[in-house]
Amino acid sequence: MQCLRALRYFSVWSQVPMGPADPILGVAAQFKADPSTQKVNLSIGAYRDNEGKPVVLESVKRAEQIIKERKLDNEYLPVEGLQSFIDASIKLGYGDAYYAQNGKSIAGCQVLSGTGAVRLGFEFAKKFLPQGTKVYMPNPTWPNHHNIARMAGLEILEYRYFDPKTRGVDFSGLVEDLSKAQNGSVILFHACAHNPTGCDLTTAQWTQLLDLSKQKNFLPFFDMAYQGFTSGDVNKDAEAVRLFTKQGVPIVLGQSFAKNMGLYGQRTGCLSFVCANQSEKDKVVSQLKLLARPLWSSPPLHGARVADIILNTPELNQLWLSEVKMMADRIQYMRVSLANTLKNLGSPHDWSHISKQIGMFAFTGVGPDHVKELIAKYHIYLLSSGRISIAGLNEGNVKYVAEAFHDVTKNTKL
Amino acid sequence: MQKLQLLQNQFNPTSDDIFSHIVQAPPDPIFGIANAYKADTSNTKIDLGVGAYRTDEEKPYVFEIIKKLEKEIVNDPTLNKEYLPIEGLADFNKGCQKLMFGQNSPLIASGQIVTAQCLGGTGALRVGFEFVKRHIPGDVYVSKPTWSNHNQVIERAGLNQFEYPYYEPKTKGFNCAGTIECLSQARMGSIVLLHVCAHNPTGVDPTEAEWLQIADVCKRRRLVPFFDCAYQGFASGCIEKDVFAVRKFAELGFQMIVAQSFSKNMGLYNERVGAVHIVTSNKDISARVLSNLKIVIRTICSNPPAIGARIAAKILTDEKYFNAWVEELKTVTGRIIKMRTLLKQELDNLKVPGNWDHITKQTGFFTFTGLTPEQCDLLTKQYHVYLLRSGRMSMAGITSKNVRYLAESIKAVVQNK
Repeated sequence: MQCLRALRYFSVWSQVPMGPADPILGVAAQFKADPSTQKVNLSIGAYRDNEGKPVVLESVKRAEQIIKERKLDNEYLPVEGLQSFIDASIKLGYGDAYYAQNGKSIAGCQVLSGTGAVRLGFEFAKKFLPQGTKVYMPNPTWPNHHNIARMAGLEILEYRYFDPKTRGVDFSGLVEDLSKAQNGSVILFHACAHNPTGCDLTTAQWTQLLDLSKQKNFLPFFDMAYQGFTSGDVNKDAEAVRLFTKQGVPIVLGQSFAKNMGLYGQRTGCLSFVCANQSEKDKVVSQLKLLARPLWSSPPLHGARVADIILNTPELNQLWLSEVKMMADRIQYMRVSLANTLKNLGSPHDWSHISKQIGMFAFTGVGPDHVKELIAKYHIYLLSSGRISIAGLNEGNVKYVAEAFHDVTKNTKL
Repeated sequence: MQKLQLLQNQFNPTSDDIFSHIVQAPPDPIFGIANAYKADTSNTKIDLGVGAYRTDEEKPYVFEIIKKLEKEIVNDPTLNKEYLPIEGLADFNKGCQKLMFGQNSPLIASGQIVTAQCLGGTGALRVGFEFVKRHIPGDVYVSKPTWSNHNQVIERAGLNQFEYPYYEPKTKGFNCAGTIECLSQARMGSIVLLHVCAHNPTGVDPTEAEWLQIADVCKRRRLVPFFDCAYQGFASGCIEKDVFAVRKFAELGFQMIVAQSFSKNMGLYNERVGAVHIVTSNKDISARVLSNLKIVIRTICSNPPAIGARIAAKILTDEKYFNAWVEELKTVTGRIIKMRTLLKQELDNLKVPGNWDHITKQTGFFTFTGLTPEQCDLLTKQYHVYLLRSGRMSMAGITSKNVRYLAESIKAVVQNK
């Protein structure tokens, strides 16, 4: 066994380079390590109440009580997950009317929150769409979309989305890019509350994209992580999804319950495919299971049980809807508050885009240098893209944040 | 023909063409059987398919300590539902390291073990193999036979796989010479997937001396051991003894990967509780390895589910909970060992042809009975006994009430020529 000793000095892993820190979770770690009492975390997309505290929804607490009382076991879920959760999730996403008519041909699978939906969806697309099918993503998008597409082996192209000049959507650029896209491409759409820009499309714009999608036989992949959390109304937020499905365009839908049910760490999500009929749906489900088994065998139960109970218990469902609206309202209020405070401070810049944008995030327009100063001088943590999480603002810190933003931008361009 | 169809789909699209070429996937070999058992209306049916523990009343079992801790956690006002870090709960990870490598392992103190919380054993395997593919790509050697999902995980990770002849049907034991010979021919830098204990599906484990032989060939050929540990506590009933192989290899200076699952030994099946460990040569390399593990995890689930890990962490880090758990585990394992003994007795009493020593020699959840696929089919169709066609039987599904019927059914199919 002499060669054993020699191997102590040989490293199997010596070629492994340091991997880049995750741009989003890396900043959160920096915030955590900061000892300053004034620090403000505007980096991570997790809701906070007006005291800056994470919230466990009342509807969630009640659902957990019910679970406790039922004394259920911990057996493996089937590979596709909790069926009643899947059905309720699909109903929530596609709407009661569409579900009543077409529910039997929607293939659904419980997944590890929004990330899992995108991963499983992209793996399925890679395996079953024609070789060379491309995925188009908005520029910018959640960075993890790119990572996941790469891991799944899909070629990514971008379509213009955000116009830094107007701080709104560059719709003509978007249409131009998608018109040039290969027929049959997968188009990633943010259903509502675009991350990171907070700029959403209007109904008229969605309708135009619907026509284009039909023309070019696109497969729209809707990533919906903020249903209910955006406008406060779950039906309004799912408008784009329902516009497409009503017109018979088969879509893929990824749903996350991290934000709208506050189930972040429970990793609760659903992936669904609109199929032509029940027989096709059965085949698609069987193939999704074949891909899910070597990813996670079966998904975690707890969060799905909670969501299932909430969605299927009328009084809890009502309670939940009111809680989601409350969160959305608070966010909207803070947007207006920040924009107004900056205006009242006499900022030379137009900050109205902050109140115009929607959802968890705002693309403020500050640049990497501003961000560096905000972190170093004011202990305000945001992404170098200028993205802030509005949920991190509250009545206690909005003035401080506005003053800081004003200070670092008053003598510069935006 | 298929290519033409696909091309046609691209250029002559109608809304129902996109998935029309998709065919029904075969049912999962293991979960598929569970479904068939569920659908069976016979009142003599026995579920010996999926590896999930059952009590003597054929009920799933929730560990008492788990129930207690789950309640505590759900009622704890200081706990919220926020995201865990990408690599999971720190306490849980530390606890996993101690359970696997030993409370006082010097590797823990020196920062040579990189740990990330994963989605059960499957999640740990997938993360481990995706990491391998990206950083030390090589051929993967898996035991013949092995858990069916191993092959799928390795394939999805984009790696080539070969088999080493693990099981010897003649002796119903471990084919040590064949395994060593095969691994001696493996390309240097290949990865070897090894079951730490209670080999699935055979129940056959190498002896300590045989593990040293395996270690030796791994050193000679610079093979990277990848251990799968899903049954710590279920093999011998002693949690330290069951991970002898991992601790021995660590002691011998191996850099390796370990996938650890708490699905069975904590009964946390559906909360997907597991961990992947990578043993490096120093803590600087550990930091680099961790950063890359996080990239893999970020693209599967971003961060792992919290509740199962919180429960497990309490057990792993609190002495009184830990001892309570170990006691319960001994009871659970004890029942399985007892069923093995009972089944062998019944088979002997009924004078069923053949040598059935392996029933009590093999360890863990499963027994490789030696029944042929045809005999298994008959066992299922005629006697409503559900097991895998490989002859793998989950001993956890046997009870004091059904063991005689099971023995009689086995006798019937064995004698049916």
